[in-house]
Amino acid sequence: MYNSGKILLGILIFLVLFTSPFWYSMATGNSKYYPDPVIATKGIPQLDQCVMPGAYMRESHMILLDEWRDEVVRNGDRLYTAEDGRQFMKSLSNTCMKCHYNKVEFCDKCHDYMAVGQPDCWNCHVEPKQEGI
Amino acid sequence: MGIDRRKFLTLAGVSALTVIGNKVSGVVPGANSEDVMFVPDKPALTGSRWAMVFDARKCLEEKNCTKCIEACHKVHNVPQFDNPKDEIKWVWKENFENTFPTQEFENVTEQLKDKPFIVMCNHCDNPPCVRVCPTQSTWKREKDGIVMMDMHRCIGCRYCVAACPYGSRSFNWRDPRPFIKETNPEFPTRTRGVVEKCNFCADLLAKGKLPACVTACDKGALVFGDLEDPESEVRKLLKDRFAIRRKPALGTNPQVYYLV
Repeated sequence: MYNSGKILLGILIFLVLFTSPFWYSMATGNSKYYPDPVIATKGIPQLDQCVMPGAYMRESHMILLDEWRDEVVRNGDRLYTAEDGRQFMKSLSNTCMKCHYNKVEFCDKCHDYMAVGQPDCWNCHVEPKQEGI
Repeated sequence: MGIDRRKFLTLAGVSALTVIGNKVSGVVPGANSEDVMFVPDKPALTGSRWAMVFDARKCLEEKNCTKCIEACHKVHNVPQFDNPKDEIKWVWKENFENTFPTQEFENVTEQLKDKPFIVMCNHCDNPPCVRVCPTQSTWKREKDGIVMMDMHRCIGCRYCVAACPYGSRSFNWRDPRPFIKETNPEFPTRTRGVVEKCNFCADLLAKGKLPACVTACDKGALVFGDLEDPESEVRKLLKDRFAIRRKPALGTNPQVYYLV
Protein backbone atom coordinates (compact mmCIF):
# COMPACT_ATOMS: atom_id res chain seq x y z
CA MET A 1 0.00 0.00 0.00
CA TYR A 2 1.41 3.36 -1.01
CA ASN A 3 1.55 6.14 1.57
CA SER A 4 0.08 3.87 4.21
CA GLY A 5 1.44 5.99 7.05
CA LYS A 6 -0.29 9.16 5.81
CA ILE A 7 -3.54 7.34 5.09
CA LEU A 8 -3.68 5.68 8.51
CA LEU A 9 -2.86 9.00 10.19
CA GLY A 10 -5.63 10.66 8.17
CA ILE A 11 -8.12 7.99 9.17
CA LEU A 12 -7.11 8.34 12.80
CA ILE A 13 -7.50 12.14 12.73
CA PHE A 14 -10.90 11.72 11.06
CA LEU A 15 -12.08 9.25 13.69
CA VAL A 16 -10.95 11.48 16.55
CA LEU A 17 -12.68 14.51 15.08
CA PHE A 18 -15.81 12.54 14.24
CA THR A 19 -16.16 11.22 17.78
CA SER A 20 -14.99 14.44 19.42
CA PRO A 21 -18.45 15.35 20.83
CA PHE A 22 -18.36 12.16 22.89
CA TRP A 23 -14.84 12.87 24.19
CA TYR A 24 -15.80 16.44 24.91
CA SER A 25 -18.85 15.54 26.99
CA MET A 26 -16.93 12.80 28.80
CA ALA A 27 -14.14 15.24 29.67
CA THR A 28 -16.50 17.95 30.91
CA GLY A 29 -18.87 15.58 32.69
CA ASN A 30 -21.86 16.85 30.73
CA SER A 31 -22.78 13.32 29.70
CA LYS A 32 -24.19 12.78 33.16
CA TYR A 33 -26.57 15.72 32.78
CA TYR A 34 -30.21 14.93 32.70
CA PRO A 35 -33.09 17.36 33.09
CA ASP A 36 -34.80 17.64 36.43
CA PRO A 37 -38.23 19.11 35.81
CA VAL A 38 -40.10 20.76 38.66
CA ILE A 39 -43.20 18.64 39.14
CA ALA A 40 -45.07 21.16 41.28
CA THR A 41 -44.20 23.99 43.57
CA LYS A 42 -45.38 25.14 46.96
CA GLY A 43 -48.61 27.04 47.05
CA ILE A 44 -49.95 24.78 44.34
CA PRO A 45 -52.13 21.86 45.41
CA GLN A 46 -50.10 18.71 45.31
CA LEU A 47 -52.13 15.62 44.70
CA ASP A 48 -50.44 12.46 45.84
CA GLN A 49 -50.39 11.21 42.31
CA CYS A 50 -51.03 12.49 38.81
CA VAL A 51 -53.97 11.19 36.78
CA MET A 52 -51.80 8.16 35.93
CA PRO A 53 -48.67 6.80 37.66
CA GLY A 54 -45.59 8.97 37.27
CA ALA A 55 -43.71 6.46 35.12
CA TYR A 56 -46.55 6.32 32.62
CA MET A 57 -46.86 10.10 32.55
CA ARG A 58 -43.15 10.53 31.91
CA GLU A 59 -43.15 8.17 28.97
CA SER A 60 -46.61 8.53 27.50
CA HIS A 61 -48.16 11.84 28.52
CA MET A 62 -48.35 12.80 24.85
CA ILE A 63 -50.53 9.76 24.14
CA LEU A 64 -52.82 10.61 27.03
CA LEU A 65 -53.07 14.23 25.88
CA ASP A 66 -53.82 13.09 22.34
CA GLU A 67 -56.60 10.82 23.58
CA TRP A 68 -58.02 13.52 25.81
CA ARG A 69 -58.01 15.97 22.91
CA ASP A 70 -59.96 13.65 20.63
CA GLU A 71 -62.39 12.58 23.32
CA VAL A 72 -63.16 16.14 24.39
CA VAL A 73 -63.28 17.83 21.01
CA ARG A 74 -64.74 15.06 18.88
CA ASN A 75 -66.96 13.25 21.40
CA GLY A 76 -67.66 15.97 23.97
CA ASP A 77 -66.55 13.51 26.63
CA ARG A 78 -64.86 15.82 29.13
CA LEU A 79 -64.60 13.86 32.35
CA TYR A 80 -61.71 11.52 33.05
CA THR A 81 -61.89 8.88 35.75
CA ALA A 82 -58.50 7.76 37.02
CA GLU A 83 -57.79 4.16 37.94
CA ASP A 84 -58.26 4.99 41.60
CA GLY A 85 -61.66 6.56 40.96
CA ARG A 86 -60.71 10.23 41.12
CA GLN A 87 -62.27 12.43 38.48
CA PHE A 88 -60.68 15.17 36.44
CA MET A 89 -61.69 17.46 33.63
CA LYS A 90 -59.76 16.50 30.53
CA SER A 91 -58.04 19.80 30.01
CA LEU A 92 -54.46 20.81 29.44
CA SER A 93 -54.82 24.38 30.68
CA ASN A 94 -57.47 23.76 33.33
CA THR A 95 -56.27 20.49 34.83
CA CYS A 96 -52.64 19.63 33.99
CA MET A 97 -51.33 23.15 34.31
CA LYS A 98 -53.16 23.79 37.58
CA CYS A 99 -50.56 21.62 39.32
CA HIS A 100 -47.71 21.80 36.86
CA TYR A 101 -48.13 25.51 36.57
CA ASN A 102 -44.61 26.35 35.54
CA LYS A 103 -44.32 25.57 31.85
CA VAL A 104 -40.66 26.58 31.64
CA GLU A 105 -39.60 24.36 34.51
CA PHE A 106 -42.00 21.53 33.84
CA CYS A 107 -42.53 21.17 30.08
CA ASP A 108 -39.66 22.97 28.45
CA LYS A 109 -36.83 21.45 30.48
CA CYS A 110 -37.30 17.94 29.10
CA HIS A 111 -38.61 19.03 25.73
CA ASP A 112 -35.47 21.06 25.16
CA TYR A 113 -33.25 18.23 26.33
CA MET A 114 -35.01 15.73 24.08
CA ALA A 115 -34.94 18.27 21.24
CA VAL A 116 -38.70 18.08 20.72
CA GLY A 117 -38.71 21.84 21.19
CA GLN A 118 -42.04 23.56 21.52
CA PRO A 119 -45.00 21.38 20.60
CA ASP A 120 -47.84 23.21 18.83
CA CYS A 121 -50.04 23.02 21.94
CA TRP A 122 -49.02 26.45 23.12
CA ASN A 123 -49.82 28.20 19.85
CA CYS A 124 -53.43 28.15 21.03
CA HIS A 125 -53.67 26.81 24.56
CA VAL A 126 -52.84 29.46 27.10
CA GLU A 127 -49.94 28.77 29.42
CA PRO A 128 -50.38 29.87 33.02
CA LYS A 129 -48.99 33.26 33.91
CA GLN A 130 -45.69 33.13 35.75
CA GLU A 131 -45.09 35.35 38.72
CA GLY A 132 -42.44 37.93 38.11
CA ILE A 133 -42.54 37.65 34.33
CA MET B 1 -89.22 0.02 41.32
CA GLY B 2 -89.05 -0.69 45.03
CA ILE B 3 -86.12 -1.09 47.37
CA ASP B 4 -86.34 -3.25 50.48
CA ARG B 5 -85.02 -2.33 53.92
CA ARG B 6 -82.01 -4.64 53.73
CA LYS B 7 -80.86 -3.20 50.38
CA PHE B 8 -81.39 0.37 51.60
CA LEU B 9 -79.34 -0.20 54.75
CA THR B 10 -76.50 -1.90 52.84
CA LEU B 11 -76.43 0.94 50.33
CA ALA B 12 -76.48 3.61 53.04
CA GLY B 13 -73.68 1.87 54.93
CA VAL B 14 -71.49 1.49 51.87
CA SER B 15 -72.06 5.14 50.90
CA ALA B 16 -71.18 6.37 54.39
CA LEU B 17 -68.01 4.25 54.45
CA THR B 18 -66.98 5.52 51.03
CA VAL B 19 -67.39 9.14 52.09
CA ILE B 20 -65.49 8.63 55.35
CA GLY B 21 -62.79 6.61 53.58
CA ASN B 22 -62.30 9.30 50.97
CA LYS B 23 -62.07 12.02 53.59
CA VAL B 24 -59.40 10.11 55.49
CA SER B 25 -57.30 9.22 52.47
CA GLY B 26 -57.85 12.65 50.97
CA VAL B 27 -58.87 11.50 47.51
CA VAL B 28 -62.05 13.53 47.24
CA PRO B 29 -61.72 15.42 43.94
CA GLY B 30 -60.64 18.98 44.54
CA ALA B 31 -60.40 18.38 48.30
CA ASN B 32 -56.75 19.24 48.38
CA SER B 33 -57.39 22.85 47.59
CA GLU B 34 -60.26 25.25 47.77
CA ASP B 35 -59.39 27.31 44.72
CA VAL B 36 -58.55 24.55 42.28
CA MET B 37 -61.41 22.56 40.81
CA PHE B 38 -60.57 19.51 38.82
CA VAL B 39 -64.20 18.79 38.03
CA PRO B 40 -67.00 21.26 37.20
CA ASP B 41 -69.22 22.09 40.17
CA LYS B 42 -72.41 21.74 38.13
CA PRO B 43 -73.57 18.88 35.90
CA ALA B 44 -73.39 19.56 32.18
CA LEU B 45 -76.45 20.97 30.43
CA THR B 46 -77.68 18.44 27.93
CA GLY B 47 -80.24 18.71 25.17
CA SER B 48 -81.18 16.91 21.99
CA ARG B 49 -81.45 19.94 19.69
CA TRP B 50 -80.10 23.20 21.03
CA ALA B 51 -81.57 26.36 19.55
CA MET B 52 -81.47 30.10 20.14
CA VAL B 53 -84.46 32.42 20.04
CA PHE B 54 -83.79 36.12 19.55
CA ASP B 55 -86.49 38.59 20.58
CA ALA B 56 -85.98 41.66 18.39
CA ARG B 57 -88.40 43.80 20.39
CA LYS B 58 -86.59 43.24 23.68
CA CYS B 59 -83.17 43.72 22.09
CA LEU B 60 -84.16 47.04 20.49
CA GLU B 61 -85.27 48.45 23.87
CA GLU B 62 -81.62 49.02 24.61
CA LYS B 63 -79.96 51.04 21.88
CA ASN B 64 -76.25 50.57 21.10
CA CYS B 65 -75.98 47.71 23.56
CA THR B 66 -73.14 45.29 22.80
CA LYS B 67 -73.10 43.29 26.03
CA CYS B 68 -73.74 39.91 24.40
CA ILE B 69 -71.01 40.46 21.83
CA GLU B 70 -68.50 41.60 24.43
CA ALA B 71 -69.29 38.70 26.76
CA CYS B 72 -68.92 36.14 23.99
CA HIS B 73 -65.71 37.58 22.65
CA LYS B 74 -64.21 37.83 26.11
CA VAL B 75 -64.98 34.25 27.08
CA HIS B 76 -63.68 32.85 23.81
CA ASN B 77 -60.61 35.02 23.31
CA VAL B 78 -61.90 36.55 20.09
CA PRO B 79 -59.41 39.14 18.79
CA GLN B 80 -60.35 42.70 17.85
CA PHE B 81 -58.84 43.81 14.56
CA ASP B 82 -59.16 47.37 13.34
CA ASN B 83 -59.05 46.30 9.70
CA PRO B 84 -62.45 44.81 8.78
CA LYS B 85 -60.70 42.47 6.33
CA ASP B 86 -59.10 40.67 9.29
CA GLU B 87 -62.22 40.73 11.42
CA ILE B 88 -63.11 37.67 13.53
CA LYS B 89 -66.80 37.39 14.40
CA TRP B 90 -68.64 34.99 16.67
CA VAL B 91 -71.63 37.17 17.46
CA TRP B 92 -72.22 40.45 15.72
CA LYS B 93 -74.85 42.95 14.55
CA GLU B 94 -76.36 43.02 11.09
CA ASN B 95 -79.18 45.28 9.94
CA PHE B 96 -82.57 43.89 9.00
CA GLU B 97 -81.96 44.13 5.26
CA ASN B 98 -78.82 42.02 5.42
CA THR B 99 -80.06 39.61 8.06
CA PHE B 100 -83.20 38.77 6.10
CA PRO B 101 -82.45 39.67 2.46
CA THR B 102 -85.47 37.69 1.26
CA GLN B 103 -87.87 39.48 3.62
CA GLU B 104 -86.66 42.96 2.82
CA PHE B 105 -88.76 45.40 0.77
CA GLU B 106 -88.74 49.14 0.33
CA ASN B 107 -91.53 50.06 2.73
CA VAL B 108 -90.84 47.55 5.46
CA THR B 109 -92.14 48.65 8.86
CA GLU B 110 -90.19 51.36 10.63
CA GLN B 111 -89.78 49.06 13.60
CA LEU B 112 -87.46 46.85 11.57
CA LYS B 113 -85.97 49.04 8.85
CA ASP B 114 -82.23 49.62 9.41
CA LYS B 115 -82.49 48.12 12.87
CA PRO B 116 -79.65 45.91 14.11
CA PHE B 117 -80.17 42.20 14.66
CA ILE B 118 -77.86 39.94 16.60
CA VAL B 119 -76.52 37.23 14.32
CA MET B 120 -74.28 34.23 14.94
CA CYS B 121 -73.69 30.74 13.65
CA ASN B 122 -77.11 29.20 13.00
CA HIS B 123 -76.02 25.68 13.92
CA CYS B 124 -77.99 24.44 10.93
CA ASP B 125 -79.60 21.05 10.92
CA ASN B 126 -78.24 20.65 7.41
CA PRO B 127 -74.98 22.58 7.60
CA PRO B 128 -73.31 23.30 4.24
CA CYS B 129 -69.98 24.04 5.95
CA VAL B 130 -69.83 20.44 7.18
CA ARG B 131 -70.47 19.03 3.72
CA VAL B 132 -67.55 20.88 2.16
CA CYS B 133 -64.92 20.39 4.88
CA PRO B 134 -62.22 18.10 3.43
CA THR B 135 -60.74 17.14 6.81
CA GLN B 136 -63.93 16.74 8.84
CA SER B 137 -62.66 19.41 11.17
CA THR B 138 -66.20 20.74 11.35
CA TRP B 139 -69.14 18.46 11.99
CA LYS B 140 -72.60 18.39 13.49
CA ARG B 141 -72.80 16.78 16.91
CA GLU B 142 -75.43 14.08 16.65
CA LYS B 143 -76.36 14.31 20.31
CA ASP B 144 -77.36 17.98 20.44
CA GLY B 145 -77.04 19.47 16.96
CA ILE B 146 -74.17 21.85 17.70
CA VAL B 147 -71.96 22.45 14.67
CA MET B 148 -68.49 22.04 16.16
CA MET B 149 -65.02 23.00 15.03
CA ASP B 150 -61.84 21.05 15.66
CA MET B 151 -59.05 23.59 15.36
CA HIS B 152 -56.49 20.80 15.58
CA ARG B 153 -57.64 19.44 12.25
CA CYS B 154 -58.46 22.63 10.36
CA ILE B 155 -56.06 23.14 7.45
CA GLY B 156 -57.35 26.61 6.64
CA CYS B 157 -58.74 25.86 3.18
CA ARG B 158 -61.71 28.20 3.80
CA TYR B 159 -64.21 26.04 1.88
CA CYS B 160 -66.54 26.39 4.87
CA VAL B 161 -66.22 30.18 4.80
CA ALA B 162 -67.37 30.09 1.19
CA ALA B 163 -70.11 27.55 1.88
CA CYS B 164 -71.74 29.29 4.85
CA PRO B 165 -74.59 31.48 3.56
CA TYR B 166 -74.62 33.53 6.77
CA GLY B 167 -71.02 34.73 6.93
CA SER B 168 -70.69 33.05 10.29
CA ARG B 169 -67.19 31.81 9.75
CA SER B 170 -64.06 33.89 10.05
CA PHE B 171 -60.55 33.02 8.95
CA ASN B 172 -57.50 33.95 10.99
CA TRP B 173 -55.39 35.79 8.45
CA ARG B 174 -53.06 37.02 11.18
CA ASP B 175 -51.85 35.72 14.51
CA PRO B 176 -54.78 36.66 16.76
CA ARG B 177 -52.88 36.64 20.06
CA PRO B 178 -51.58 40.23 20.07
CA PHE B 179 -55.11 41.46 19.35
CA ILE B 180 -56.83 39.82 22.30
CA LYS B 181 -57.38 42.49 24.93
CA GLU B 182 -57.82 40.20 27.90
CA THR B 183 -57.00 36.52 27.55
CA ASN B 184 -59.25 34.00 29.25
CA PRO B 185 -56.83 31.22 30.27
CA GLU B 186 -59.64 28.65 30.45
CA PHE B 187 -60.30 28.75 26.72
CA PRO B 188 -57.67 28.40 24.01
CA THR B 189 -56.91 31.17 21.56
CA ARG B 190 -56.62 30.33 17.89
CA THR B 191 -53.60 30.35 15.67
CA ARG B 192 -52.99 31.90 12.27
CA GLY B 193 -54.52 29.85 9.46
CA VAL B 194 -57.62 28.32 11.05
CA VAL B 195 -61.30 29.14 10.70
CA GLU B 196 -63.44 29.86 13.75
CA LYS B 197 -67.06 30.57 14.63
CA CYS B 198 -69.65 30.52 17.39
CA ASN B 199 -69.79 27.11 19.12
CA PHE B 200 -73.09 27.70 21.01
CA CYS B 201 -70.81 27.79 24.06
CA ALA B 202 -70.32 24.02 24.05
CA ASP B 203 -67.51 24.67 26.55
CA LEU B 204 -69.84 26.43 28.99
CA LEU B 205 -72.70 23.94 28.53
CA ALA B 206 -70.29 21.21 29.63
CA LYS B 207 -69.80 23.14 32.87
CA GLY B 208 -73.53 23.51 33.39
CA LYS B 209 -73.68 27.15 32.29
CA LEU B 210 -75.82 28.86 29.69
CA PRO B 211 -74.12 30.51 26.69
CA ALA B 212 -72.25 33.71 27.53
CA CYS B 213 -74.41 35.94 25.29
CA VAL B 214 -77.61 34.67 26.94
CA THR B 215 -76.26 35.33 30.44
CA ALA B 216 -74.96 38.77 29.46
CA CYS B 217 -78.29 40.08 28.12
CA ASP B 218 -80.21 42.03 30.80
CA LYS B 219 -83.35 42.24 28.69
CA GLY B 220 -83.66 38.52 28.13
CA ALA B 221 -83.61 39.03 24.38
CA LEU B 222 -81.63 35.87 23.82
CA VAL B 223 -83.18 32.59 24.93
CA PHE B 224 -81.37 29.29 24.65
CA GLY B 225 -82.93 25.87 25.01
CA ASP B 226 -83.70 22.42 23.75
CA LEU B 227 -86.20 22.27 20.90
CA GLU B 228 -86.82 18.59 21.51
CA ASP B 229 -88.10 19.36 24.98
CA PRO B 230 -91.77 20.45 24.71
CA GLU B 231 -91.54 22.23 28.08
CA SER B 232 -88.52 24.33 27.16
CA GLU B 233 -88.76 28.10 26.99
CA VAL B 234 -87.69 28.18 23.37
CA ARG B 235 -90.53 25.86 22.39
CA LYS B 236 -93.03 28.00 24.28
CA LEU B 237 -91.78 31.19 22.65
CA LEU B 238 -91.97 29.67 19.20
CA LYS B 239 -95.45 28.40 19.91
CA ASP B 240 -96.75 31.77 21.11
CA ARG B 241 -95.08 34.13 18.71
CA PHE B 242 -94.28 34.32 15.03
CA ALA B 243 -90.63 33.67 14.28
CA ILE B 244 -88.56 33.90 11.13
CA ARG B 245 -85.24 32.39 10.24
CA ARG B 246 -82.40 33.54 8.04
CA LYS B 247 -82.59 32.44 4.39
CA PRO B 248 -84.80 29.40 5.05
CA ALA B 249 -85.24 28.74 1.33
CA LEU B 250 -81.65 27.49 1.12
CA GLY B 251 -82.65 24.38 3.02
CA THR B 252 -79.99 24.66 5.69
CA ASN B 253 -82.62 24.53 8.46
CA PRO B 254 -81.04 27.17 10.72
CA GLN B 255 -81.60 26.88 14.47
CA VAL B 256 -81.49 30.55 15.44
CA TYR B 257 -85.02 31.94 15.44
CA TYR B 258 -85.98 35.61 15.31
CA LEU B 259 -89.19 36.85 16.93
CA VAL B 260 -90.29 39.96 15.05
